[in-house]
Amino acid sequence: MERPAWAPRSIDISVPSVSRIYDHYLGGSHNFEVDREAARKAMEFMPGLPKISQANRAFMRRAVRYAVGEGVDQFLDIGSGIPTFGNVHEVAQAMSPGARVVYVDHDPVAVAHSEAVLAGNDDADVVAADLRKPREILSSPQVSRLLDLDRPVALLLVAVLHFVEDADDPFAAVAELTAALAPGSLLVLTHASYEGIPLPPERAGGAVDVYKDIRNPLTMRSRDEIARFFEGYDMVEPGLVPMPHWRPDTGPEDEDPWALSGFAGVGRTA
Amino acid sequence: MTAEPDGPEDRLRRFATIWSRAVFPVTSTSLTRSELEEQLLPLARRLREALLARALDADTGRAVGAALVDAHCTDPEALSRSLDCVDAYLVLYCGEDGPREDLRARASRLQHAMAAGYAQALRERTLAEQEAIAQAALRAQGVVAQALHASEARFRAVFEGAAIGIGIADLEGNVLQVNGALLRMFGGSEQTLRGRRVQDLTHPEDAPQTWKLYDELVRGEREHYHTEKAFSRPDGTVLWTNLTVSLLRDADGAPQYSLALMEDTTERRLLNLRLRYEATHDALTGLPNRTLFFERLEKALGAGAGQRFGLCYLDLDGFKTINDSLGHAAGDRLLVEVADRLQSCATAPGEMVARLGGDEFVALTTGPDTRREVDELAGRIMNALIAPVRIDGRELTVRGSIGIVEGPAGERSAAEVLRSADITMYRAKSAGGNRFELADPEADARAITRHGLTTALPAALDRGEFFIEYQPLVHLGDGSVRGAEALVRWLHPQHGVLGPDRFIPLAEHTGLIVPLGRWVLEESVRQAGEWRERAGDTDPLRINVNLSPCQLTHPGLVQDTVDILERAGVAPEALCLEVTESALIGADDDLLKPLRRLAEMGVDIALDDFGTGYSNLANLRRLPVSVLKLDRSFTQGMQQFPADPVDLKIVEGIVSLAHSLDLAVTVEGVETGAQAEQLRILGCDTAQGWYYARPGPPDRLHELALVDATG
Repeated sequence: MERPAWAPRSIDISVPSVSRIYDHYLGGSHNFEVDREAARKAMEFMPGLPKISQANRAFMRRAVRYAVGEGVDQFLDIGSGIPTFGNVHEVAQAMSPGARVVYVDHDPVAVAHSEAVLAGNDDADVVAADLRKPREILSSPQVSRLLDLDRPVALLLVAVLHFVEDADDPFAAVAELTAALAPGSLLVLTHASYEGIPLPPERAGGAVDVYKDIRNPLTMRSRDEIARFFEGYDMVEPGLVPMPHWRPDTGPEDEDPWALSGFAGVGRTA
Repeated sequence: MTAEPDGPEDRLRRFATIWSRAVFPVTSTSLTRSELEEQLLPLARRLREALLARALDADTGRAVGAALVDAHCTDPEALSRSLDCVDAYLVLYCGEDGPREDLRARASRLQHAMAAGYAQALRERTLAEQEAIAQAALRAQGVVAQALHASEARFRAVFEGAAIGIGIADLEGNVLQVNGALLRMFGGSEQTLRGRRVQDLTHPEDAPQTWKLYDELVRGEREHYHTEKAFSRPDGTVLWTNLTVSLLRDADGAPQYSLALMEDTTERRLLNLRLRYEATHDALTGLPNRTLFFERLEKALGAGAGQRFGLCYLDLDGFKTINDSLGHAAGDRLLVEVADRLQSCATAPGEMVARLGGDEFVALTTGPDTRREVDELAGRIMNALIAPVRIDGRELTVRGSIGIVEGPAGERSAAEVLRSADITMYRAKSAGGNRFELADPEADARAITRHGLTTALPAALDRGEFFIEYQPLVHLGDGSVRGAEALVRWLHPQHGVLGPDRFIPLAEHTGLIVPLGRWVLEESVRQAGEWRERAGDTDPLRINVNLSPCQLTHPGLVQDTVDILERAGVAPEALCLEVTESALIGADDDLLKPLRRLAEMGVDIALDDFGTGYSNLANLRRLPVSVLKLDRSFTQGMQQFPADPVDLKIVEGIVSLAHSLDLAVTVEGVETGAQAEQLRILGCDTAQGWYYARPGPPDRLHELALVDATG
């Protein structure tokens, strides 16, 4: 049954949360035992999950810097999770003071924590909303207050689209979001995939099952499927590639093989 | 800062590089390794300073350990690798020329301090983050609780304020909660429903699938269903509802509650029943009407093998007279009384009585044994009508004619059955009424319904199905043929030749009489013109044409007549228009005007059927007539010998009166020579009848006239 908009999800911290599991991968302690338990289970199948998460964060940092370098100083980060070191607003505002950032997450705990972290930062805010309902995001007061949609915006969908099942049509959601953005806006995304994982899919599938068990199913997509999110976009060089290959700062000798799992890319609207 | 190759600064940088390479793979930072190296460089510098200082500063070691945590080297493996690194390379790269043993001891103590500082910082960071996330969870719960409270308050307002009844039950059927609207519908207090089970709320009118749907729902096999359902109220009355039941599932999708939404449709249902009743019942008698009767008849005719039906079609004899003489109110009361009596005749299951309209009623019986039943039914109806009906102090005798149709289901349509019943009823009526007749397929086939003829009339005129026969008018003085009356016939494609009594009333009713009458006039006058041409020097034959009351009032009568005469080249004196006496009863000057104008032109006007109406003899003076046609009833008494003396006196009086008014007298229906002789003696001028000739084709008349002239 469709939940009415005014009836919020209840909070049950005995249920693992994707954003707190991610925090655990990144060495944080913004998590509870249930989250760590789920993380440990997933890591039994894919020990490299922390490295994949780190690679996501590192890609995001590079992409944000690229965006600022291209003159884009407004960011809409959907699926922002628990704020940890090297968040979008830190990276962006360090390069361009006054850069505007709106974080979006549907996890109320992540939102509450983000509110605490962002207290006193007038140029960044957080919205409790769901990627599957783009209109609620675009019509939120935070977006209206902070983002000028007549100017280019960098839309960040980092490590989030693989949590939207085909039944919820992530392609339509992304299309609806980007339709609201001005020309020159950037779509920054990463997506999980069996391609690039240094394990046979059967084994990686065990980690996918863990996410299914905690009712946050993970939808692995092929490179071709992921490329469809960029239909109608000009791909920024080097295109849709494994995360460490996207405009790396350092040589490949430091890379962990796990970081090559999944794909990252940046596209620009005409 | 540039470093001299292999100078202290360069060696410090090399130490930082080694350190960062060791630690990077186990950090959680999103920095690159070189960025990490930049972060480690100042730490390495502080370690070198502490190593070379005169007195060992443990705080520096602790600070470096804490700084590692700040750089997101939160994995204890990072500490282990850092300590390995310090142990192996710090003295080597940063020890300069100091005593190795002292340096080693210092490095070792620095490692202890680093470990302590790291542990302290990691513990604080962990606690702070746990605190922060717990606080966030608490705040989020507060927000959610508040929103839940608000939404619950809103939901409660919706629940309580809703106009539709809402009830929630668990899967065992225990009613957990109901709202005010639902209680009001059931007309009871909370106790009426609380604690009861859904399964107890059965009602005799429940549709068979109602409870099957419910069972499927609570088993989780269906999400919702919609049905019309009745409930019994505590006071014994019935509550009808439009009911929607939905399954509520918990977060895991397991069935949890059933939710019923219901709308009270009791009133609407009653209204529908009433509207349906009104649409299917006769307002005057309360009997089922034509609509309902046809529904039942069609159902009976659609019944399966072995099923039969019997139908009595009743029409009251002489009802029109009662209506005309006593008024409609009395007529209505009579119909109500008849309806009541009929109702009492058809009380068995499968029997019904309906009023089709006017004084026409039907009684229907159905079942396997209607052959016997329908006769009994007709008998009961005839019996029920025997006792006179008392209205306004008068005893009215009611009689009826019944047509009976009986047969097996599945052979004929309702319309065919009713047509057969109608024909049969008319047969009973023609046979004198107050009786019933059984339908006979052959009689049906012969029967010509008024309706069928009426609808066929216009096309018949277009197709030339009408023709005219002529009956000679004979001069009683010398026996010569003086003219003829034109009599219209219809050669009907199915029924053969029909006389004017069959279709003229229908043509008058529909207005077709005007074109038909004009055609008859045109054709007869044309025929008269033809006779005139053939006759040469002898006296031309005159032609008599009947005018119906409708034609009399038609504004084109005079002009049409003039045109027709002129076109045929026939003098007005050769034409005689016959008008019935009843058409002129009470005629005012407006109606007489066209006749006067025709008379002035020389056209004879004959008063037809004279003696059957109640015309005032004195009135004859002001009518523009020149001929009286005596009705045949006056001459019937003269067919035998000796003639009825009263008839003789009457005819003699009429003739004398007519002649004194300068009117000629024609008699109809002359069948014997004695009659003809008698009428001649009485002074009648002309006669027609079978004694002279039956109506026939125009040529025969011409021949008769020739014989007459030569004879």
